Amino acid sequence: MNTSPSASQALTGVLTGVLNHSAVWRGNDFAQVATPSVPSGFAELDVHLPGSGWPTGVITEIHVERPGIGELQLVMPAAARLTQSDRWQVMIAPPYLPYAPALAAHGVKLSRLMLIRPKTLTEQLWACEQALQSESCGSVMLWLDQTSERIPENALRRLQLTAERRNVLAMLFRASRAASCTQAALRLHVSRETGNTVVRILKRRGGGIPAPVALDLHTSLLRRPGTTQRDAFKYVSDAYAPSFATH
Amino acid sequence: MLWLALHLPLLPLEVFTRGGQSPSNAQAIAITSSVESSATVVAVNRPAQACGVIAGMSVSVACALASNLHTLARDVAKENATLSRIAAWSLQFTSFVSIAVSGEILLEIEGSLKLFGGLTRLHQHITRSVADLGFNASIACAPTPLAAQWFARSRMNLRVQHHDALRHALEKLPAALLCDNETTRNLLENFGARTIGDCQKLPRDGIARRAGQRLLTNLDRALGVSPDPRLPFVAPQTWSAALPLPAPVANAEALLFAARRLLAELCGWLAATGHGVQRPKFEFIHEKQIVTIITLELSSATRELDHLSTLLRERLARTELPCAAIEIAIASGRVTPLASRNLTFLPDSAGQVESASRFVEKINARLGANAICGLTPHADYRPERAWRACQPGFNSSDSAASSQIPTLSHTRPLWLLTAPRPLRETNAAPHDDGPLSLLAGPERVEAGWWDGQHVARDYFVARNKAQSLLWIYRERDITARWYVHGFFS
Repeated sequence: MNTSPSASQALTGVLTGVLNHSAVWRGNDFAQVATPSVPSGFAELDVHLPGSGWPTGVITEIHVERPGIGELQLVMPAAARLTQSDRWQVMIAPPYLPYAPALAAHGVKLSRLMLIRPKTLTEQLWACEQALQSESCGSVMLWLDQTSERIPENALRRLQLTAERRNVLAMLFRASRAASCTQAALRLHVSRETGNTVVRILKRRGGGIPAPVALDLHTSLLRRPGTTQRDAFKYVSDAYAPSFATH
Repeated sequence: MLWLALHLPLLPLEVFTRGGQSPSNAQAIAITSSVESSATVVAVNRPAQACGVIAGMSVSVACALASNLHTLARDVAKENATLSRIAAWSLQFTSFVSIAVSGEILLEIEGSLKLFGGLTRLHQHITRSVADLGFNASIACAPTPLAAQWFARSRMNLRVQHHDALRHALEKLPAALLCDNETTRNLLENFGARTIGDCQKLPRDGIARRAGQRLLTNLDRALGVSPDPRLPFVAPQTWSAALPLPAPVANAEALLFAARRLLAELCGWLAATGHGVQRPKFEFIHEKQIVTIITLELSSATRELDHLSTLLRERLARTELPCAAIEIAIASGRVTPLASRNLTFLPDSAGQVESASRFVEKINARLGANAICGLTPHADYRPERAWRACQPGFNSSDSAASSQIPTLSHTRPLWLLTAPRPLRETNAAPHDDGPLSLLAGPERVEAGWWDGQHVARDYFVARNKAQSLLWIYRERDITARWYVHGFFS
């Protein structure tokens, strides 16, 4: 076979075009599934998510090692963008109080934020279902596993089916000890290692399990001028200097 | 002109029974003309009919036919009140409604045909809606009101639109409809005039002399030859109704079924008058005069049946009824003008605001008023006071409050603890499941001396052994204790 370089280039172009088609799925590789999505705000994460962002119209389950390791910050850019376009952000049964000034600093339009605190698990699931059905909601976040009640088998499936009907970002936060077999279309595990928040994709549409993504979520927090680690140490040693002296 | 007549043959019965679903094994009920023993039966339900009881027979005969017959004396006042409520409800279909002396409701619908998509559709729509209210109705249309009444009364569901067709259709009706006294009826029978068509063939002056002018006037009015003016019905300014339940009910679903009948009437009246309710009041009257009152608090006025009944369902699920209810009463409360909204192909912002307020109402109805809130920033240096709970969507402003305080928001955590948690202290360093390393700080917060809630703290960002970032502070007082106040999630 004698093919000129230009011809082979053209062929590669055609091949790439074919392979990039949404209907073609390569077994060894993560397929680009054409699902509606909202950009997550983290480019490193977007490349691994189906549809290049948080998928809407499905349940995303986020397994959190411990609360307070960056799980909320992970979803905040997408949710904030939705509130800016006048769609409501609904937070159901959060473990702590979402702090309004910090939310505003993340770009959340606070007049489009709702906080629901049901007392029982049944009410939590009901409120979540209602939120998923409502036309005005852009993102719904539900924190589960806070009570010792067992989550009914079909409850999550019900939520998944409700979410499918509407173009809404649905996030379920669960403790990482929770059951591993669920209906969610996207399942992530969030942990914290060496100062970074590490996101592992456990399940996604399109197949393939990518390498964990490390995100540095707290850089801006720690690199503010005037508030350095040295200052903090200095403060502590200054404050305690007299007490050390007396000993 | 095109008239639609609503005839409710079972109204005396239905004012008592329409609050409940009628199961096949229901009790036989007969409505009697009065409480006296010489009274006659006016209306019967299906089980009584099955026993052979028919309207017009005396009560003693009826009781002999059906041993377990439950008799109720007719309540004319209630029937009239119900009739005028149906008239008010039917004003949503046309602006001219009239109640005939004989109990039919007449709607002038020619002007409404285009809006409701033609006569067939309007006819079906009204038939369905009346059935939703719990009435058996016979509905007929004719170019003259009297003819429409006659068709409806003789249970002919005709839709006659033209005068020629009317003349043909009228000819087949029984002549008894023409007059209301027995002697004239017998007279016509003796003439051999069984139908209206037969009467038309008789010489007019003869009939006028023998049976009176009234018969001819009725005939002319039905044919549209002479005018037949009707008094328009005017909708009342406020609305309230009560519906007795056929049997005591404790089940929320069954109560809702009855309440929905009344709500449908209410929504019809609201649509007719262009209003919405914001605080409808529901009274469930129990035995021994106990009353349970439920008032729905809506964030915006509405007249949507489904929305109102969903809210009522959630409230009923949350409310403990002391015992079974025997009657339901609904009052509209204050009504506010509510313009209809144009339908749009694409979702618009007005629709989103509406559906959000609906969502809030639904959550409120089921979980209680405190279960849902919005957040708004508040101009205060003390972190625990820098936010307020508010009605969702009713924030003072997104930027005004925060602009008064220099923003340090990057050092504010997304999670705040409701109450700061004290930390142990070992070797002069705060401990929380191992020593905490301070990463940033201090940030001094000292405020509130003016209102007695004085705080003086130095805030730090700290990292614990498990690598979570904490927002901790140290009291600047004699105790100098450490507290954790939030998490950088």
